[in-house]
Amino acid sequence: MAQLKASLRPATAPPPEPIPVTLTVNGVERTLHLAPWTTLLDALRLHLDLTGTKKGCDHGQCGACTVLVDGRRINSCLTLAAMQDGRKVTTIEGLTTGDALHPLQEAFIEHDAFQCGYCTPGQICSAAGLIAEGKASTDDEIRELMSGNLCRCGAYPNIVAAIRQAMAAVATKAEGAP
Amino acid sequence: MIAIPSIPGFLREPNGPIGKPVNRVDGRKKVTGDAHYAAEFTLPDLAHGCIVSSAIARGRITRIDTAAALALPGVIHIFTHENRPSLAWFDRKWKDDDAPKGSPFRPLYDAEIHHALQPVALVIAESFELARYAARLVHIEYEVAPHQTNLRANRANTFTPGKDKGGFQPPPKPRGNPEQAFLDSPVQVDVEFTQAAEYHNPMEMHATTVLHHDDGTLTVHDKTQGAQNCHTYVCNVFGLPKSAVRVMSPFVGGAFGSGLRPQHQLFMAMLAATQLKRSVRVELSRPQMFSFGHRPETIQRVALGADRDGTLRALIHEAVQESSRNENYVEIVVNWSGQQYTCDNVRLDYKLSRLDVHTPQDQRAPGAATGVPALEIAMDELACKLGMDPVELRLKNYAETDPNTGNPFSSKELRACFQHGAERFGWAKRTPAPRSMREGRELIGWGMAAGVWDAMQGQAAAKAVLGVDGKLVVSSATADIGTGTYTVMTQIAADVLGLPIEEVTFCLGDSSLPTAPIEGGSWTVSTVGSAVKAVCDRVRSQLVTLAGKLDNSPLKGVAEADVLFADGHLIVRNDRSRRLSITDVMRGSGTLSIEEEARALPYLLARARHTFATHSAVFVEVRVDEDLGTIRVARVVSAIAAGRIINPKTARSQIQGAVVWGIGMGLEEEAFTDHRLGRVMNHDYAEYHVPVNADVPEIDVLFVEEHDDMVNALGAKGVGEIGIVGVPAAIANAIHHATGVRVRDFPITLDKVLAGLR
Repeated sequence: MAQLKASLRPATAPPPEPIPVTLTVNGVERTLHLAPWTTLLDALRLHLDLTGTKKGCDHGQCGACTVLVDGRRINSCLTLAAMQDGRKVTTIEGLTTGDALHPLQEAFIEHDAFQCGYCTPGQICSAAGLIAEGKASTDDEIRELMSGNLCRCGAYPNIVAAIRQAMAAVATKAEGAP
Repeated sequence: MIAIPSIPGFLREPNGPIGKPVNRVDGRKKVTGDAHYAAEFTLPDLAHGCIVSSAIARGRITRIDTAAALALPGVIHIFTHENRPSLAWFDRKWKDDDAPKGSPFRPLYDAEIHHALQPVALVIAESFELARYAARLVHIEYEVAPHQTNLRANRANTFTPGKDKGGFQPPPKPRGNPEQAFLDSPVQVDVEFTQAAEYHNPMEMHATTVLHHDDGTLTVHDKTQGAQNCHTYVCNVFGLPKSAVRVMSPFVGGAFGSGLRPQHQLFMAMLAATQLKRSVRVELSRPQMFSFGHRPETIQRVALGADRDGTLRALIHEAVQESSRNENYVEIVVNWSGQQYTCDNVRLDYKLSRLDVHTPQDQRAPGAATGVPALEIAMDELACKLGMDPVELRLKNYAETDPNTGNPFSSKELRACFQHGAERFGWAKRTPAPRSMREGRELIGWGMAAGVWDAMQGQAAAKAVLGVDGKLVVSSATADIGTGTYTVMTQIAADVLGLPIEEVTFCLGDSSLPTAPIEGGSWTVSTVGSAVKAVCDRVRSQLVTLAGKLDNSPLKGVAEADVLFADGHLIVRNDRSRRLSITDVMRGSGTLSIEEEARALPYLLARARHTFATHSAVFVEVRVDEDLGTIRVARVVSAIAAGRIINPKTARSQIQGAVVWGIGMGLEEEAFTDHRLGRVMNHDYAEYHVPVNADVPEIDVLFVEEHDDMVNALGAKGVGEIGIVGVPAAIANAIHHATGVRVRDFPITLDKVLAGLR
């Protein structure tokens, strides 16, 4: 038993040394010196002070940390910053253009698609990824493909309504509306 | 300073912002990532803390070996019960505004382990990752003692608590002869309900950042529903002067009750910051979110006796809930059963069983969310036995006055909820027999339930500062946990002073602001809103006085009651050409700013003579796959009577969100304890299921007209809790209607339905 206990004790390895990681975050190239065990989420929140990206579980279970990497939505807690070296990362802070909100941000406000606001940046980044994927055309498809983003306040019906509106706005823009 | 409560002469200006679906005033911050939560403040000297949780449920620590962790470069210190400083001795110093009777839990107090995941050490390091790594290297040995975590095994080992927690009265004395009346009733229902423990699990994990300033003062960014509650707690526990600490919580990433009491991450961050004299952040992990308060597991019995025409003759409701060894957590789940229906023979009974768990904690509609569904399922069973429509049965026994006290309700439009809810849902098209509605493989069920919650009011103060530029800042130390406090308080202030919403700023979440109680129980609009109205009324009076004194004033000699406030102007009510802008009044009278503070109290006399409550009627359609037993909520109509609705947009969101909570309670949420280990096994978001987007259909919310001039100066009751209360029962009743299977064990998972279908 004593032996078993001893074998269960984790081995002590020294903390890893920092390595350079270059990310283009919201259009700006940033080179950081990060211990390789640093997740993309913690790199954004703790090293770049971009706290708009939220930590809700740190296990890829809630979607609060969703960001866009080269335009695709990912859980930033499930990837190390070093694994995204050289890539383009877009966070909630990068969706606005000057003072102008992204159509999703406007729609979320209009439809009251959040309450506490903690899952909101992840929902919006995930919705931006969803629209880019072009896979959802019905409300049920939006519901299904947004189910990786938990909202404990239960704003789901309003989130669906907001995404539906923004999706239409983006489509109209793309078609070059009159 | 105290505003004398009076019957409200409210809404003198029908075009004001009250009652309008105003967008959240903090919306832009929340959608751009500019809203900052407790773990998002920093200083250059910030150190990171990681908590080590107990591996056992009960026993004592025999040895702690921190050598391997401390040997890592960058690990600063490890706090345990062996090296903690001397702290407050008396229990009262550890009590907070939501503490029940008993001895509050003291982190790192001694070697004793009282519950699983109890915090036993705090590792402080230069980086988050390093603190987390070092926490794994802290080696702890335990002497295990036997534990009891199984409520069902301990249901006979109970005691009857007293008035052990604010907001909850012990059950009223029995009336009539309920046992005999039950036996004599021609139609009887006597059933048992069980409900799993649920964890709040707000999206933001509990976190505290203590910023240590050069002058030794501390700014504490905490995840809390009461900045002043936490301020008092840390000053008491750490023996600090009030002026040395400021607690801030401008944004709270959900709480649902988890932030009503100071949680241990606050203690830990304060301990490290005061001892190390530097800034410290401690953030719990998602599994550690299962290490403190929860909605307690409950066993209930409801017995109903009725005449063949549906008249209730006997109502017996008994409940046993878990509490901890150290505190008497009560939520008296049975009391609403005596209030909802007219019945001459009633017995309500509430007991606690002590287990080796952390003290439970208020969770959305504490007590009512657990007790009312049991009653409402029993009522559905009674309706089935009587062959009576469930709405009809409820109307048959409708309580016009509160049967518990004999007092009238200040207002009660539950009838209108039944009527409008049923119409919107299309209830008349329901065929009563179970399994009588289907579409393909899916059995369709329509179920309903009523809900009730208390319309409480506490005391609060607010401050208003009106600048010469016509901008108004109102403040009170309340919280906005997503409920919309910022927005509705802004609307109330703007309404009273006739200002555009954009000219008004409301500040909250700061212990240095005027006194407000913890934000919970749906009482914030009532409590803080009344203070905001009171203080703005004072500013209004001052403006009328100043305007009357100006040379050639068009308002000279006009009484305050004859002045309208609209569009930033003071306007004579019956001659609207006579007007002055607020800025002209300020400039003309040489007033740089008007500052007022006011405190609002409940109407105590009216409160002593009436029952104050919100009501709801919930209608649900479920679809159950006959072969697989999968359950889908297809649509929900929730009709709410909650007095005046200050903001129909945010109020609707509150109800929708609470319906989602009801879906979680009805179908998904369940903490599984392995009683051999005394430990919750599904302690993360992957295994502890909460509703996701695909689980939630369109939710149709309607607010019925309800006029109430006794509840407070606003006529508004609050909507945070009422939305959840009837939902789990309506779902259970709909499942029975769909399948003929009656499940009395929440959550209703498909295995329980399948077992009945076979």
